[in-house]
Amino acid sequence: MDLSTMTALEIGKEIKQRRLSSVEVTKNFIENIKNNDKTINAYTLVLEENALKQAEQIQKKIDNSEDLPPLAGVPAAVKDNICTKDILTCCGSKMLSNFKPPYSASAVERLEQAGAVILGKLNMDEFAMGGSTETSYFGPTKNPWDTQKVPGGSSGGSAAAVAADEAPYSLGSDTGGSIRQPCSFCGVSGIKPTYGSVSRYGLVAFASSLDQIGPIGRDIKDCAEILSVISGHDFRDFTSVNRPAIDFSSSFDGSAKSLKIGIPKNYFSAGLDKDVEKAVLEAAEVFKKIGAQIYEFELPTVEYAIPAYYIIACAEASSNLSRYDGVKYGYRSKNAENILDLFCSSRSEGFGMEVKRRIMLGSFVLSSGYYDAYYKKGLQARALIKKGFDEAFEKYDMILSPTAPTVAFKIGENISDPLKMYLGDIYTVSVNLAGIPAVSVPCGFDKEGMPIGLQLIGKAFSEPVLVKAAYAFQLNTDFHKKKAQAFKGGEQ
Amino acid sequence: MMNYETVCGLEVHVELSTKSKIFCGCTTEFGGEPNTHVCPVCSGMPGTLPMLNKSVVDYAIRVGLALNCDITRYNKFDRKNYFYPDLPKAYQISQLYLPICRDGKVEIETEAGKKYIGIHEIHMEEDAGKLVHDPWDDCTLIDYNRCGVPLLEIVSEPDFSSADEVIAYLEKLRDILIYLGVSDCKMQEGSMRADVNVSVKPFGSKELGTRTEMKNMNSFKAIHRAVNFETKRQIELLEEGKRVIQETRRWDENKDASFAMRSKENAQDYRYFPEPDLLPVEISDSWIRQIKENMPELPEAKRKRYVEEFSLSEYDASVITSAKELAFLFEQTTAICSKPKEVCNLIMGELMRLMSETSTLPEDLDISAEDTAKLIELVCDGKINRNTSKEVFEAMFKQKAKPEEYVKQKGLLMLDDDSLVEETIDKVINENPKSVEDYLGGKQKAFGFLVGQTMKALKGKANPQSVNRILKEKLEKL
Amino acid sequence: MKIDTELISYLEELSRLKLSEDEKNKAQSDLNRILDYIDKLAELDTADIEPLSHPFEFTNNFREDEAKPSADRELILKNAPEKKDGCFKVPKTVE
Repeated sequence: MDLSTMTALEIGKEIKQRRLSSVEVTKNFIENIKNNDKTINAYTLVLEENALKQAEQIQKKIDNSEDLPPLAGVPAAVKDNICTKDILTCCGSKMLSNFKPPYSASAVERLEQAGAVILGKLNMDEFAMGGSTETSYFGPTKNPWDTQKVPGGSSGGSAAAVAADEAPYSLGSDTGGSIRQPCSFCGVSGIKPTYGSVSRYGLVAFASSLDQIGPIGRDIKDCAEILSVISGHDFRDFTSVNRPAIDFSSSFDGSAKSLKIGIPKNYFSAGLDKDVEKAVLEAAEVFKKIGAQIYEFELPTVEYAIPAYYIIACAEASSNLSRYDGVKYGYRSKNAENILDLFCSSRSEGFGMEVKRRIMLGSFVLSSGYYDAYYKKGLQARALIKKGFDEAFEKYDMILSPTAPTVAFKIGENISDPLKMYLGDIYTVSVNLAGIPAVSVPCGFDKEGMPIGLQLIGKAFSEPVLVKAAYAFQLNTDFHKKKAQAFKGGEQ
Repeated sequence: MMNYETVCGLEVHVELSTKSKIFCGCTTEFGGEPNTHVCPVCSGMPGTLPMLNKSVVDYAIRVGLALNCDITRYNKFDRKNYFYPDLPKAYQISQLYLPICRDGKVEIETEAGKKYIGIHEIHMEEDAGKLVHDPWDDCTLIDYNRCGVPLLEIVSEPDFSSADEVIAYLEKLRDILIYLGVSDCKMQEGSMRADVNVSVKPFGSKELGTRTEMKNMNSFKAIHRAVNFETKRQIELLEEGKRVIQETRRWDENKDASFAMRSKENAQDYRYFPEPDLLPVEISDSWIRQIKENMPELPEAKRKRYVEEFSLSEYDASVITSAKELAFLFEQTTAICSKPKEVCNLIMGELMRLMSETSTLPEDLDISAEDTAKLIELVCDGKINRNTSKEVFEAMFKQKAKPEEYVKQKGLLMLDDDSLVEETIDKVINENPKSVEDYLGGKQKAFGFLVGQTMKALKGKANPQSVNRILKEKLEKL
Repeated sequence: MKIDTELISYLEELSRLKLSEDEKNKAQSDLNRILDYIDKLAELDTADIEPLSHPFEFTNNFREDEAKPSADRELILKNAPEKKDGCFKVPKTVE
């Protein structure tokens, strides 16, 4: 069987019917990691021994004909800002390069309860701050479609691992587009769930009111299955929502009939790559063909999303990252004589420049004299952005847009220009500000063959409708089935 | 020299006696080996999140109602950001914008009379850990046991004009909090501590002077002295034509003086913002009603009731209500024996004497109301005399003796049998002819002597009324 | 809004960071470019708009007041760079 063409659910089915064993599947992916990751650098840690042990245990249960969930025995990998008990969780930072949390994130616990085999930890921008995985202390991850290019970020490792057959699916986290944009760059599918759907317990915080863990997979059906495993109320996260489990039972009829899809005209303006624009508009045509109604409309306040996002995200980050002071865990400078020195030197030596920049920006917008003009203003803009979405969803079931304004760019191209990097988040950040769900699925390729993603945005807790639309789209297209080839055959 | 008046305001921090911490399940118990009342949440590990303890909100509402505050219906938590090694997250979850209680008042009384002190606000927050200096390594060791213990910060208006008023307020506040059962208010353990700010201004002036602040004061005595010292220091500065600098000062109890802290520690920019990890708290009418219905009676109400219902004097009532334990003992004992005056006398007399003699604090009292009521019944029924009752009570206090058993064991019960009394009186009359003669000759004093001799012979176990009656009868018959 | 060198130093201090001269210059120019962009917000009319700090207006999530066993001290101290006598150890703090 060629595992590289199978979805996680298909692999799970084969394991369940004992045509494949969890151990051989796990070995297969570890083999792929060994072959491909020298080039790709998606993993910061491979848990070969652990994974094989887990696989054996699950296989025993399968052999005993225990009734297990659909993904039991299928391997997975986890972004390195998601805590794994007694296993390094470094967040792409020197600061936490030796940190082994004494607990697992709720999402990881739920995956393991559902029989997942954890292959390892995935590379990311430092503390999830970045859109290219270049700010990682462990070096950049390469795009499996073109290893000269970035995989996107911050969940670059999570998307690249799936695209390079190093994991059948993975978990990422999304604060301003960190799941969707790398999915778009790497030609895979992903969901940024409604805020509060997936517990944040054990997710190392970047911006607490924006962060969500979500799935990345080969198609949207896999992602829906993973999301139903990891979502649900958790008493350890007070912002986790107590509501019935997400019901995807009506999401896979393959129909987009009578879905009302809005396209915000003002998203298609300067800064949007022509090939991306073309692919996304063609995707809209596909939706039309399969029965959806397409409407153009104006989504106000788009241009304020990035300013509001960077104010709010950096403010929260500046506070969340204050705990890294060299006292309790993580990096401690050897050159400190007094406590102030210890704080300053540990933080200066332990954090990279992008993290420092955002901490300083966050400290600035909260500081005395600037709070009203920046932080408060940002929260007001956030209210208006949410209102804009609320009004749109009175008319449309979902909004269709590009996920990112461009395809993957060259490694090193944007890294010295933070503002340029931030502008790449134009279509994704407002979703986090409003707390609503969105999916990204492949919808084409540019002239050079780099994948393009389309984003579907829905109102809060409308994941089943988004998945229904994305599934219908994938039934009628094969962009998600195209395989990256560039990584094969070692370093180029 | 010009006349000045002092203006003080207080921020009192009170640790709540909930079972668990404000944001995790660790115990709030004082002490313990370092870092044994700690979990990933209260030690600020990455990825952990706060879980709000409902009782903290209950307690805060209770205190707010007792201090006549408006209860904020829509509450939020905010983060106060600052770096210090005792604060593991490098922010304290507190309330800045929407504190739970506002605009209250407390009545205090000093020699200068009664007055109201305004309560500006009360907010909920978490305590920090403890730093201990290690002289061996010349380093600092950190213990997070206290991290996350719930605190109320009770902020007064700058309504105090003397150190006496400050202390009267603190005592009143402590009484109320203890009665409410929300805190043990042990200053020596840091469960109650105060930041005191002081300024002076020319008498009658409307404009406030520049204030200085002294933080974390933890004894009434120190606070009293510090307020007086700071007042004097500031007046001296002004008289010399100098300025008072707004600053935080450290009170040195040994040197009995305050000292300026390094100016760097003064400049703080806490960058407060809404805590994103917690949801707002909405307090409904029914929630408040439920807390009102379960409010314990406060010292003031008790005092009034004792005067009206039990006819105690104002003074007695205020002494007994000065400590929750004394008031409870009084009420429970009275409920059993229905002799409030007797119970009051016993508490005001013997109990207070024994407590001061043995330095026993009210909260450490271990005297049962049942036993106390029993003792009072023994006295009132004439089974033991008042002197004996003191001995019995001391035994109850010191050895947890049971009054009836003790009286029996020690043979302290009064004689019911008049024949032994008659027999003894006959003997006394025979042995003291001189006194008998004196009495018959009209000297009343001699009667007392004969009663004394009789009681002595009976080892005090006779009922004095019987002895009086029988002796009189016998003497008249002579 | 322009961030000057003085403000950069203040932000360094607030953030407990210590930048080299080069880093400071770079931070200043980067932050100024970002702020230029962010200052776009000023043109947005936000009069009477209630600030939204959280995406959803859910309220009242509580934990009952029950004491649970704390973690093993070993686990709490496991990641500590330096420890002594069951405590985290740091250079002397000035008191």
